[in-house]
Amino acid sequence: MKQGYAPVGKLFTGIFEPFANSIVGRTIASILGGLGFTGRTGVIAIPYTWLALFFLIPFAFVLKISFAESILAIPPYSDLVQWSEDAMLTINLNLDNYLFLLEDDLYWMAYLNSAKIALIATFFCLLIGYPMAYGIARADPTKRNILLMLIILPFWTSFLLRVYAWIGLLKNNGLVNNILMGLGIIDDPIVMMQTDFAVYIGIIYSYLPFMILPLYANLEKLDGTLLEAAADLGCRPFKAFLCITLPLSVPGIIAGSMLVFIPAVGEFVIPALLGGPDTLMIGRVLWDEFFNNRDWPVASAVAIAMLLFLVVPIMFFQQFQNKQTEN
Amino acid sequence: MIAKRFNFILASLLFGYAFLYIPIISLIVYSFNKSKLVTVWGGFSTKWYGELFRNEQIIDAALLSLRIAMVSAIFAVAFGTLAGFVMARMKRFKGRTLFSGMITAPLVMPEVITGLSLLLFFVALQKLTGWPEGRGVTTISIAHITFSMAYVAVIVQSRLADMDPSLEEAAMDLGAKPVKVFFAITLPIIAPALISGWLLAFTLSIDDLVIASFVSGPGSSTLPMVIFSKVKLGVSPDINALASIIIGIVAFGVILAIFAMKRQEAIRSRDMQLIAAAND
Repeated sequence: MKQGYAPVGKLFTGIFEPFANSIVGRTIASILGGLGFTGRTGVIAIPYTWLALFFLIPFAFVLKISFAESILAIPPYSDLVQWSEDAMLTINLNLDNYLFLLEDDLYWMAYLNSAKIALIATFFCLLIGYPMAYGIARADPTKRNILLMLIILPFWTSFLLRVYAWIGLLKNNGLVNNILMGLGIIDDPIVMMQTDFAVYIGIIYSYLPFMILPLYANLEKLDGTLLEAAADLGCRPFKAFLCITLPLSVPGIIAGSMLVFIPAVGEFVIPALLGGPDTLMIGRVLWDEFFNNRDWPVASAVAIAMLLFLVVPIMFFQQFQNKQTEN
Repeated sequence: MIAKRFNFILASLLFGYAFLYIPIISLIVYSFNKSKLVTVWGGFSTKWYGELFRNEQIIDAALLSLRIAMVSAIFAVAFGTLAGFVMARMKRFKGRTLFSGMITAPLVMPEVITGLSLLLFFVALQKLTGWPEGRGVTTISIAHITFSMAYVAVIVQSRLADMDPSLEEAAMDLGAKPVKVFFAITLPIIAPALISGWLLAFTLSIDDLVIASFVSGPGSSTLPMVIFSKVKLGVSPDINALASIIIGIVAFGVILAIFAMKRQEAIRSRDMQLIAAAND
């Protein structure tokens, strides 16, 4: 099985092997060794430092600035720590941004609406994606690869352009309305663009592959003999599906749903392009606070509130992911 | 009963693929439309392609995006491979839980949060140390490396988990040092994962609108940012042409990959037959 990779593999050995053996490679190794870098710590330290610096620590700054005041300056927020004239250290923790979020209905509505839209879209992704994943997993091996490739293919093309494609379909004089009117089903165009309906379509369309792939990976591993045994014992196919296939595919359902739900809550591009002015989603609210109102502290507070909202599903996904890889 | 169920599966497959492909096909068809009204067919024409190549703003943005994507994909593969290796092979070290958290979280973190946090970090860092000087290509690349290395790490980790550990053990037993084992044995075996990781990182980078919008500065508008500002004003035919070109390149690449896979499969099965013949 490993042989098949030899041609690509040789390319890499060709580049790296002489290097590892050369004086340069040995010198680097001995210098790192001399500095007390054993290979192990070095290997861990490089990605660890990078992720801590550019993924973890930035969140601390969001938290900090969410307690600051919005001022007219560059950058447009106040310092939390100040030395007053008599050398007294004062720390100004300003909770106004959070109070503002709590008092203004807009933010509540945006959070609830985002959760609702993400939840419904996840459900429809599951509804469309499950039979597709099942069909692909049950197809014969030659067809299976092509079917799978066709699921992944849209993912490689621009996400922005695929969302944009729906504008042409859903507009008042777009393809869908033209076809429906051409067939005489409707007389006047149905308004679909700039509605919640268009946002649902956009999210389901964009995130469907993320639902199908983990489901497929799970269903493909399903032991067929279990179904045969059930059939031998007189179980009907549909009941066998409900009692065997469905329970065994729960890990795939969870992984797929999390991969759709969590990013969908904070989605910006889809509501911005397909939704109307009254389509409230929290990702869009954050964007507007930051780019249009230039209110960095409120945008930070919105981000922290969104994180608190998402921390439970994210942790759940994480635990689940770890368990899957360890098994 | 079986026939009925089969039909249901078949119907949902047909529906699903139609749902995935009709928007893409409509984009391509209308890119050859003569009329400026995108959805009214006015005859066949390739004029929007010519228009696209004369649009300097789009060409410049595309070149910038390509540059950022190439560089950040290389770094993402380097760091992501290390991270995936650590996750797969080092089961115990201090802070492993945090490390695995920092690898899974970027996969699902909403982009607006990642973008905002990185921007605030860069602004504060510049105030403290003077680096980075303003925002632009460097900050966008750093942001892209950070989120795409997580994807590479996951790919590499799963490839390593499937790999037969006895190969590495054999090399160690024969006296190879760990570094040598990694470069001579592990790396060549996981090379396909590195290539798909690079391609994925490249795609993620060239596709990113939200994070780039936060961390970019004046004069560094990437392709998605230019597209977004045009698309917000409505449908425009040259964007259809651009989309068709991107789809064409991707489809070509995928077909090439399928052929390469088929050829490898053929070589493999021929080798197996040779082995079987030699054993007889």
